[in-house]
Amino acid sequence: MQTQSQPTRVSQPSAPTPSRRPLRGAPGYASWPTLAVLVLPALVVYGLFVIYPIVQSLRFSVYNWNGLGPLTDWVGLGNFVEALNSPDFRAAIFHCFVIAVLSLTLQLPFALALAVLLNQKLAGRGLFRTMFFAPYVLSEVVTGVVWRQLLRPDGMVDRVIETVGPLIPGVSEAAVQEFMRPWLGDPGVALYSLFFVLTWKYFGLHMVLLLAGLQGIPSELKEAAAIDGAGPWQAFRHVTLPLLGPTIRISMFLMIIGSFHVFDLVWVTTRGGPVGATQTMATYLIDFGFGRNRFGYGGAVSILIFAISMVLALFYQRFVLRRDVEGALT
Amino acid sequence: MAVATIPVRRVLSRTVLYVVALAVLALILVPLVYAVLGGFRTTGQIAERPVGLPDPWIFTNYLGTLRSPAFWRQVWNSTFIALATTLLILPLSSLAAFALARYRFRGREAIYTFFTIGLLYPVVAATLPLWLTLRDLDLLGNPWGVILPQVAFGLPLSIVILRPFFRNIPDDLEDAAIIDGCGPLRFYWHVMLPLSRPALSTISVLTIVGSWNAFLLPLLVLTRQDQWTLPLGVNNISTQYGTDTALVLAYTVLSIVPALILYAIAERHIVSGVTSGAVKG
Repeated sequence: MQTQSQPTRVSQPSAPTPSRRPLRGAPGYASWPTLAVLVLPALVVYGLFVIYPIVQSLRFSVYNWNGLGPLTDWVGLGNFVEALNSPDFRAAIFHCFVIAVLSLTLQLPFALALAVLLNQKLAGRGLFRTMFFAPYVLSEVVTGVVWRQLLRPDGMVDRVIETVGPLIPGVSEAAVQEFMRPWLGDPGVALYSLFFVLTWKYFGLHMVLLLAGLQGIPSELKEAAAIDGAGPWQAFRHVTLPLLGPTIRISMFLMIIGSFHVFDLVWVTTRGGPVGATQTMATYLIDFGFGRNRFGYGGAVSILIFAISMVLALFYQRFVLRRDVEGALT
Repeated sequence: MAVATIPVRRVLSRTVLYVVALAVLALILVPLVYAVLGGFRTTGQIAERPVGLPDPWIFTNYLGTLRSPAFWRQVWNSTFIALATTLLILPLSSLAAFALARYRFRGREAIYTFFTIGLLYPVVAATLPLWLTLRDLDLLGNPWGVILPQVAFGLPLSIVILRPFFRNIPDDLEDAAIIDGCGPLRFYWHVMLPLSRPALSTISVLTIVGSWNAFLLPLLVLTRQDQWTLPLGVNNISTQYGTDTALVLAYTVLSIVPALILYAIAERHIVSGVTSGAVKG
């Protein structure tokens, strides 16, 4: 999109008509009433349910307010200070960071490996792709409910580990028993269990994105690399990977943003517990703002979540995605 | 020698690829199969022997759910909300994207940028102030309190998908339409919309799936039990009857059938939707 570099410039009419009022019906022109009919309905709905609440939350975030009655108890930036000093909120931010880092270091390579695999001429690869992507279509609620059953003590996962574990050479029965724990009930592992479930649900999305990126790379380039004597690994490392860069960066971006907004899955599996071990920013907001009728405080937390996402997104767009946006397609 | 080793190595690497692919496939399928089969067991059977085929097959969980008025009520509520959201998002986003793509006017880019802000504003961060806005509008405990915000939060992505699509439709068509006496609205209706069917289907499918799966907003807005959507029903069953695993699984499995059918029919649209959304997102 050519306006990306100068987003504020208002396009001036550049049609051949010299008069200020262009010919009725010329391409590229519509009367103001027509334009209003086209744009206003969307603007009104969007303004009322997206923009107006943002502005409102800015207003009441500086009050101590239980959601009822007038805003009288002005506390300035007190709510923001309280949130940023709260060990629970800090832990929630930290948990989101952990999920983001694990996604980038484990889920992304996993998705990339499967995308490369399905980019081979493999019988039934269409079916594999369909199946790998399927969990993305399931709701997080369903995913959470099913996995909660699988992960509970003495559930399916435990049975599988008990059966398969001792078959691994060098692993004793006792070691397996020691390894077992309540996967969602142990504060030390609950977050990692949730990350595993998130990966189960979302790796297919990233695999599909990366697969689309791979298929956009002309095969001539790989052939040329092969003629120049590059092995498969070298061709991947020096031809495929650099050309896949834009897609990988988009996947990373979606992973980071997604990690900061996790809610449904956590809410139906652990509700942020045990003892806050899986609290995310969103569950914190619902738990401490909404659940305790502290709307002023919740407004401040909302703004902090928005600000953290926004800063990350802008930072990422500025420094990582910029190369891709310049001269990009849309 | 070399002639002989190459096929052997190829066969070997092929085998490794298949083993990996099948292992991942098992990882995806086992939980789903477990859920489907679990619905055919009793909870006692699940506790004793969660692996293997049910013995004997129990049908009461599925039949009981299918006979439950609450379940069908939730199916209807989910369907209504998903369809209403889609039927509103399509005209609103396509009309706006049409104006933003085809006409020059003062403030056009500013309006477009204004819409794209919404891409960065997550629904989770918006819920609390949004809830207050809905309360002021008296939309709590009302399905429209879910539908209208879903439309509003769906507009940015839809406009971002549609605008380049509308732009790429050649100007010649517009010239021809003007010569034939078409105004902007008739041009939109008779030329743009039919030509944009792929993009519109993609938006519809993504909207329906998103709405069908939505949890947080319905959780906060739909206060009365007879207004609940399926995700709320599933969550409720799983907390209220948490110990009756078989019933929970049967209910959950039945709730995802419509989403899976839609996926089977419209996989292409869903995949192209997430791909095109991500390019810009």
